[in-house]
Amino acid sequence: MTRPRLRLFALLLTLLPVLAHAGEVYLAVAANFAVTAGRIGAEFQRQTGHDVHLSAGSSGKLCAQIANGAPYDVFLSADVERAQLLEREQLAVSGSRFTYGRGQLVLWSARLKKVDADVLRAARFTHLALANPKIAPYGAAALEVLNRLNVSPAVRARLVYGEDIGQTFQLAASGAADLAFVALSQLRTASGETAGAYWLVPLSLYRPIEQQAVLLRRADHNPAARAFLDYLQGPAARAIMARFGYITTEARP
Amino acid sequence: MEWPALWLTLRLAGITALLLLLFGTPLAWWLARTRFRFKSVVETMVALPLVLPPTVLGFYLLLLLAPDGAIGRLWQHLGGDPLVFSFKGLVIGSVVYSLPFAVQPLQAAFATLSRGCMEAAATLRAAPLDRFLSVAVPLARPGFLTAAVLGFAHTLGEFGVVLMIGGNIPGRTRVISIAVYDQVETLQYRQAHLLSTAVLMLSFVLLFTVYTLNRRHRRGA
Repeated sequence: MTRPRLRLFALLLTLLPVLAHAGEVYLAVAANFAVTAGRIGAEFQRQTGHDVHLSAGSSGKLCAQIANGAPYDVFLSADVERAQLLEREQLAVSGSRFTYGRGQLVLWSARLKKVDADVLRAARFTHLALANPKIAPYGAAALEVLNRLNVSPAVRARLVYGEDIGQTFQLAASGAADLAFVALSQLRTASGETAGAYWLVPLSLYRPIEQQAVLLRRADHNPAARAFLDYLQGPAARAIMARFGYITTEARP
Repeated sequence: MEWPALWLTLRLAGITALLLLLFGTPLAWWLARTRFRFKSVVETMVALPLVLPPTVLGFYLLLLLAPDGAIGRLWQHLGGDPLVFSFKGLVIGSVVYSLPFAVQPLQAAFATLSRGCMEAAATLRAAPLDRFLSVAVPLARPGFLTAAVLGFAHTLGEFGVVLMIGGNIPGRTRVISIAVYDQVETLQYRQAHLLSTAVLMLSFVLLFTVYTLNRRHRRGA
């Protein structure tokens, strides 16, 4: 290496710590939590300088993508099973898994004046949208509610499925479906589209939607990703979650 | 194997191809002959589905076909069942989505017909419809074949539009592409392989048939 080049190289070396300071976190987020995670991520970014990038989809889809090597650092699932699966398959760092919040299911209509269990029982609708229960935990919870309420098989023929809870919301927002099972957080975060009425489904009608986070294997040595997971359990993040309708657990001591 | 999805897809593609020939033929004929000032506008509209992301197309279709959308309301006013999340809705979506694949080959075929042949037929006092059916149609046969097969095949490959307006209902709107997507998402790779192989072979056979027949036609068989 010639002298001037060597000097330039040395100069660049001294810059390295500065460059390394701002880390990056790639989040794979269950669709119901996308907007909330975006707010939390923005706050985290403001405080730490780490860049947060977010991809949303159904928990099942994201899990399948991660199993096939998708380059994410953190997985925010809408259930326990998929976070557990990734941990078991050693695609996630073992011991990193925790519950960040509990989601609440609502039955929402953009056009009806009043929505409650009777709307379901009396089948006063043409199309009821829910997220694909095979890949979306909110869809699975919605099916559970229909079972508990003994909704007739005839009504089952009127179910339509969104690819994730985000699309399910959109099916009802566009008026294409009269009713949709969505997450309470979506009603709280959507702007200007949440006219109509909703029914907060009693927690007794479905098993808790416990939403878990895991650190993915490739981020084992990514301090920014670990910092984000810590931040997610802190008071600031929990305040945002509570505002958007998530039931949060007590902060870890 | 997802037989209902396979059968549904074949039915959708078949009906779409038929409708495309039915409506696409007069449109292509008109486009090939007209000196209408705004012909380019019509041609652009026909070509739009080639360029538009299927999600954009699907989003607009969803809004139009919804019970309070322009088309949906009119349809239900006339006594029809809701169009969204139905097979009929998918047919409408597919016709729009595959329109350029049928109209463009037909238009190209009609454009290359020599005026001489048509005029000769006219001097022999063949009526316009007769001229069209017994002169234009046989001469434009490769165009018809290409239009039918491409319309069919392109509908077979439809995904984004169906995802937006279909609602993934088994036996009614869950077509092959959606079924494969579902299987991959739920990590059922074996089933996804089976279905994908079937679609791959079917698509190959379809396109191979068109190319072979058209080549034979060009050689003047």
